[in-house]
Amino acid sequence: MTAMASRTARSASKDSRRRLVVIGNGMAGARAVEEILARGGGAQHRITMFGDEPYGNYNRIMLSHVLSGDEDAGDIFLNSLAWYQENNITLHAGIRVERIDRFAKLVFSDDGRATPYDVLIIATGSRSFMPAVDGLYTAGGLLRPGIFAFRTIDDTQNMVAYAQQDHHHRAVVIGGGLLGLEAARGLQSHGIDVEVVHSGGHLLNTQMGPDGGAVLRRSVEALGIKVHTNSRTTAILGTDKVQGVQLRDKPDIACDMVVVAAGIRPNVDVAVTSGLPVERAIVVDDQMRVPDEDEIYAVGECVQHRGEVYGLVVPVWEQAAVLADHVTGADPSSAYLGSRTATKLKVAGVDVASMGLQAPERDTDEHVVFSEPSRGVFKSIVIRDSKIVGATLLGDSRKVAYLTQAFDRGLPLPEERVSLLFDIGGPGEEAAVAELDADAQICNCNGVSKKAIVETVKGGCNTVAGVMDATRAGKGCGSCKLLVRQVVEWAADGSVAEDPTSAYYVPGVPLEKAALMKAIRQQGLRSVSAVFAALAPGGAEDAKSKMGLASLLKMMWADRYIDERDARFINDRVHANIQRDGTFSVVPQMKGGVTTPDQLRRIAHVADKYSVPMVKLTGGQRIDLLGIRKEDLPKVWADLDMPSGYAYGKSFRTVKTCVGKDFCRYGTGDSTKLGIEIESRFQGIESPAKLKLAVSGCPRNCAESLVKDVGVVAVDGGRWEIYIGGAAGAHIRKGDLLATVDSPETVKLLTGRFMQYYRERANWLERTYSFVPRVGIDHLRSVIVDDSEGLGAQLDAAMQASVDNYVDPWTERGDPFTPGQFRTSLPLEVLPQVPVR
Amino acid sequence: MTSGASISGPAASGPASGGAAVSGELYGLGPIEQVPPGEGRSFGVNNQQIAVFRLRDGSLRAVSAVCPHRGGPIADGTIDQTEVLCPLHQHAFALDTGCSTTGAPPLQTYPVFVDADQNIMLQLE
Repeated sequence: MTAMASRTARSASKDSRRRLVVIGNGMAGARAVEEILARGGGAQHRITMFGDEPYGNYNRIMLSHVLSGDEDAGDIFLNSLAWYQENNITLHAGIRVERIDRFAKLVFSDDGRATPYDVLIIATGSRSFMPAVDGLYTAGGLLRPGIFAFRTIDDTQNMVAYAQQDHHHRAVVIGGGLLGLEAARGLQSHGIDVEVVHSGGHLLNTQMGPDGGAVLRRSVEALGIKVHTNSRTTAILGTDKVQGVQLRDKPDIACDMVVVAAGIRPNVDVAVTSGLPVERAIVVDDQMRVPDEDEIYAVGECVQHRGEVYGLVVPVWEQAAVLADHVTGADPSSAYLGSRTATKLKVAGVDVASMGLQAPERDTDEHVVFSEPSRGVFKSIVIRDSKIVGATLLGDSRKVAYLTQAFDRGLPLPEERVSLLFDIGGPGEEAAVAELDADAQICNCNGVSKKAIVETVKGGCNTVAGVMDATRAGKGCGSCKLLVRQVVEWAADGSVAEDPTSAYYVPGVPLEKAALMKAIRQQGLRSVSAVFAALAPGGAEDAKSKMGLASLLKMMWADRYIDERDARFINDRVHANIQRDGTFSVVPQMKGGVTTPDQLRRIAHVADKYSVPMVKLTGGQRIDLLGIRKEDLPKVWADLDMPSGYAYGKSFRTVKTCVGKDFCRYGTGDSTKLGIEIESRFQGIESPAKLKLAVSGCPRNCAESLVKDVGVVAVDGGRWEIYIGGAAGAHIRKGDLLATVDSPETVKLLTGRFMQYYRERANWLERTYSFVPRVGIDHLRSVIVDDSEGLGAQLDAAMQASVDNYVDPWTERGDPFTPGQFRTSLPLEVLPQVPVR
Repeated sequence: MTSGASISGPAASGPASGGAAVSGELYGLGPIEQVPPGEGRSFGVNNQQIAVFRLRDGSLRAVSAVCPHRGGPIADGTIDQTEVLCPLHQHAFALDTGCSTTGAPPLQTYPVFVDADQNIMLQLE
């Protein structure tokens, strides 16, 4: 960040390249530079960029995800500071350009610098529009505390920090457009009650008509966001802190914070001050040049082209490409002719797509409408001369790709108009992909066309992951991933699409699980390093494969397994679960969720003694001590004097139980006793993925047995139902009934037999909710219950060997297995800390 | 096989700062036994935190100890002969160059070796 480009640099430099200066380091400015570099512009230009914000370029579209906590602010950067260095771009971040001298060809910035240019690009973007409302500003002209715009990373982070303060409960968002609804939804995820105040007659009035707006309102209100339309805010109430908003002719609304999302306005101050033509925005021609200025270009939300000002990302990408064609001379005939804007996005969790007209304008226009407010679905298409001139789709995005295409290209439409709205036994998704024009944009975040994907596939890249890496398709918000996959599959002619390594048990050893196990047995490979040496290409180790192999070998060899600690994941090396700040969580075993006053006293003592930042009840009926330092782990285990609960491993975790018949007046079976017995038997056995079990004492199912890897339910008459393959996490699945048996002993036998079959047959990290439907419940029942393949005794014996080999890993506390096993790896620097509640 | 040295650090192409670097100071980090084969341990060296890995072939690699992605403890990562996986989000980094193969910013690398007395010797720039 030294002042290379100073007044003197001009004459001192021997570099003959043209000096390209870019004012604005947002998505438009950085994209323009990327396009210029892609055309070899780096050899022609020395590039200097000025950015108002003190960061690299980030994906502004993702700010709503940062607000909702779904993304970390650090993860939305498109160009890290390293990118600028790699491309020899001098970046002045956090420095604002104030004026351009078009005659001396100098740019003046607020740090007192004068930077000479040969070519100038203005990409100053937009800012939040602040409507005339009393009480917005302090005497010093800043927004009052508690009032926020929603435009930058800083805005977003300030808003999150404010929303997380305990005494802030209510927010008002001014503006019911895209940004306002995103802000409202994001704030909700911080536990804030949100009301949206919108001056328009219906939500999203720039994208859709009143009927669609009404359906959207219903969906938004169903999320718990109150909506006030036709409501103009006149003042922010409260003297030192925000206490509410005042509306014209309506009651006041009390709140602790206000977010203003009432639209954006182009940043044109620099252009106006410098005497460039500005109407609604900076005027540019079809070459993206400012009229009468040969060497000044402008791009993005700050420009007005043929009377239009765009606030969406797609036109910006198109403009940047044309601009780069001219700046580099790559294509002097290139011209930007304007964009037909089709918006497709998720607003507050609702799919919204809109393009062209909102409603018919002429008597001869056709209007095809479908409305189903209870499901939040609304579809409207306006057709003129058998071409789509407008469409609005809400709550169902399935036909969007096709409609966008038809709108952009003016494609002929099917006679039966209803098929525009629904797939009625017609061509399915594949045909829809085939119908897409080569230029159709698949990834709207990174501007990747169908053609680019197809060419990448034709160029030899035939995996979905590979294409995504190569083109950046699907690497923005990710909502197009399914479409990217479909295009790749279509381009690869359906035959090639899977990563070749996906069939392997682990990526570094080219064998499927059955073949791998056979080779391991035949060659007597008892350690992970022996497997690599014998079976991996070139004998090469592979870090990504170690954990899966360690698990498999332990399962296969039990006490004869040679345990190389470096093959374990850190959690399994130190028997605790690593947290985001490098500390660990400790969950002692609490069989069946049953504990004692003595255990609770010891846990409380440990929590006090080690200043445990959070003590949390888990979903598996245990107690989690979070934020334990690695070096304290052995001492914590010693003070607890309880066995490990294995809450960190790909292993048998826990058995959740209900209170059972001893206390519950409905209980029909002793679920607690059985749960404890199951947990005692199978504690700690490793498996391809974690195993969570439950036993319920009656069909009321208080232990949620139907959504567990193995779930047991007592039914009247002393019988027990066993369900397998259930889940209620990222994936929801009701388990399949494996068998109904008459004794707890049989429950334990079949549970063990199923888990062993799963351990031997499932892919690495394949949960039972995938494994059971893949193999089929009928097959599982015949193998496990009916023993149709004669495997029963063998499965039982293998499981018994694992059970016999159980050692509580927390006994390693007195005698570390490796030198420095519990030595801190935490950096000296302050790390991002998990907040203490 | 020698230890990894950085090919082109950020300083190589950055603006001329004129700051003279003290070249190659050696630090002894103590006996090699501190680092089990195939694992890593972190060391505080001259106010920097360095992760030293002992590969299964016996050679050493040293990289900066903090994952540039979200601050994960690199020394707790899983390694093979060529790369280390950060334990938090499985970003992968080449042990020789520090470059990420998964799109994260790079780790810094440092020359490191075992001396005749079986001590870990680290060179800081």
